[in-house]
Amino acid sequence: MSIEVKIPDEMELVYEYPDALTEVSSHYCPGCTHGIVHRLVAEVIDELGIREKTIGVAPVGCAVLAYKYIKTDFVEAAHGRALAMATGIKRVNPDKIVFTYQGDGDLAAIGTAETVHAANRGELLTTVFINNAIYGMTGGQMAPTTLPGMITTSSPTGRDVITAGYPIKMSEILAQTTGAVYITRESATNLGAIRKTKKAIKRAFMAQIAGLGYACVEVVSTCCTNWNMDPWEAMKWAEENMTEYFPLGTFKMTDEVKALQVR
Amino acid sequence: MAKELLKGNVAFAEAAVRYGLEAYFGYPITPQSEALEHLSGRMVELGRVFLQAESEVAAVNMVYGAASAGVRVMTSTSGPGFALMAEGLSYIAGSEVPAVFVNMMRGGPGLGNIQPSQADYFFMTKTAGHGDFHPLVLAPASIQELIDMMGLAFELAEKYRTLVYIAGDGSLGQMMESAELPPMQPLREKRPDWAVIGCEGRDPNIITSLYLGAKNLEAVNIRLQKKLAEIKQNETRWKEYETEDAEILLVAYGTVGRICTSVVRESRKQGLKIGLLRPQTLWPFPDTRIRELAAQVKAILVSEMSAGQMLEDVERTAQGQCPVKFYGRLGGVVPLTDEILSETRKLVREVA
Repeated sequence: MSIEVKIPDEMELVYEYPDALTEVSSHYCPGCTHGIVHRLVAEVIDELGIREKTIGVAPVGCAVLAYKYIKTDFVEAAHGRALAMATGIKRVNPDKIVFTYQGDGDLAAIGTAETVHAANRGELLTTVFINNAIYGMTGGQMAPTTLPGMITTSSPTGRDVITAGYPIKMSEILAQTTGAVYITRESATNLGAIRKTKKAIKRAFMAQIAGLGYACVEVVSTCCTNWNMDPWEAMKWAEENMTEYFPLGTFKMTDEVKALQVR
Repeated sequence: MAKELLKGNVAFAEAAVRYGLEAYFGYPITPQSEALEHLSGRMVELGRVFLQAESEVAAVNMVYGAASAGVRVMTSTSGPGFALMAEGLSYIAGSEVPAVFVNMMRGGPGLGNIQPSQADYFFMTKTAGHGDFHPLVLAPASIQELIDMMGLAFELAEKYRTLVYIAGDGSLGQMMESAELPPMQPLREKRPDWAVIGCEGRDPNIITSLYLGAKNLEAVNIRLQKKLAEIKQNETRWKEYETEDAEILLVAYGTVGRICTSVVRESRKQGLKIGLLRPQTLWPFPDTRIRELAAQVKAILVSEMSAGQMLEDVERTAQGQCPVKFYGRLGGVVPLTDEILSETRKLVREVA
């Protein structure tokens, strides 16, 4: 459904649907941060003028249908294998822009090996990594990033780190790989953070375009449905609890990436 | 091109290069590693894509990605590695992108050993991956046939947008014999219309195996089954040796199929009316022809380097028209001509 809006001549257009975002209602729950991050990716693709030369890789998880919303060529990968599939695509399309959009179960549990090795090879790929500390699509089970003590449908008395281990800090791990050039953890929990996240995503795409190496933007996000919170409460909870265990900030940025002019 | 002395693994790798292979992703495993080694030099020298993956799980998904981008792509492996690829195989089947896999089978189960085996028959023809699909499985019996089947594999994979496996075994990969490689063919100039290469001037292409809604997925499955029926109709291949007047029919494929040509020759010298049918495609299986021959002969002897896997397809196909017997060796043992000959003579006496 396309919405036609006539703007009066005396008014300036300051906000509109990005070209790279398909004008449909999404399947995401009300209050979900995927919608925000999808929009940021679409805005970045538009601003860099790369929609027609970009190929997206959708994960298994809530964002499995990302290809319905972001208007570029797309593939749907097996669970956790997005960066292996993206490697195959990029290696045979070196002049194209390839990005993966993955959640925590996908990237940090079942796909850890593919993720670490793609980063370590310095694949010219960009990853947007949504960390909401839970398996959303399968109904709120414990994720590799579930916080200690956090109640989920598979940790009913709270994550017990003695038996279930500790939440994995992927950005810190990826920052150790030689091939990664830009690894940062941002958040989607307030307007300021969202602006910073957009800038980080843009820098990560620009790093690929400049041929510098692998870049990943982790986005601390919420899952109000499976956290059993309203959207506002979930944002506050993430800010108060998630960022304590998963501190925001840039873990690796090479001088070349730093030198990119991100506007 | 002149004949030259070639090792099986190098032969199929070089044949793939000459048939226009654009990308190879693989992981070392005995007894096929020479293919990966050969391609690590050759592909780079030609400016094509070669990547040694961190696992077979990654390799198959790299193949899936490159296949989605519409290039001629393959990998090669052996049983344990092929098992790790099963997830990706199902996704590739569901997404209908063309890709070629070579499996140089080794002894199993588990780590087993590195000797030749045919015990991946079930896995390759029926069970590798979840969901309803069949790959097209080619079974070469010599290095020349292995070379020729590389070209056929790409052609069929792209014609039907399907998975094609080459079912070899450790002996085929490791042995050397004289064979002729094809001349170097030019790479394809254009990617197919469905490939993901950026949506310049068109709507985005989506490669997915996800179809929400039971009826949607049923419709996709019906279409896939229709394609498989077409493959079955058009691409079933086999070779026959001395079957015209045969009273006993041997059925064997690959290395054992080749050994059985010696069995036929020897038994004919001894005046025994023995024939051989050697399937060149394991899926689709030469059902119709075996059914016809089962009506003609007094008995069938199936021989495999397994506990009897293709045997089930022969039994199904023969439909009880004649007794179906089996002789197999397990765990990497290759049956000798004399062993199969003696089983054949035993069977001749039984049905006399």
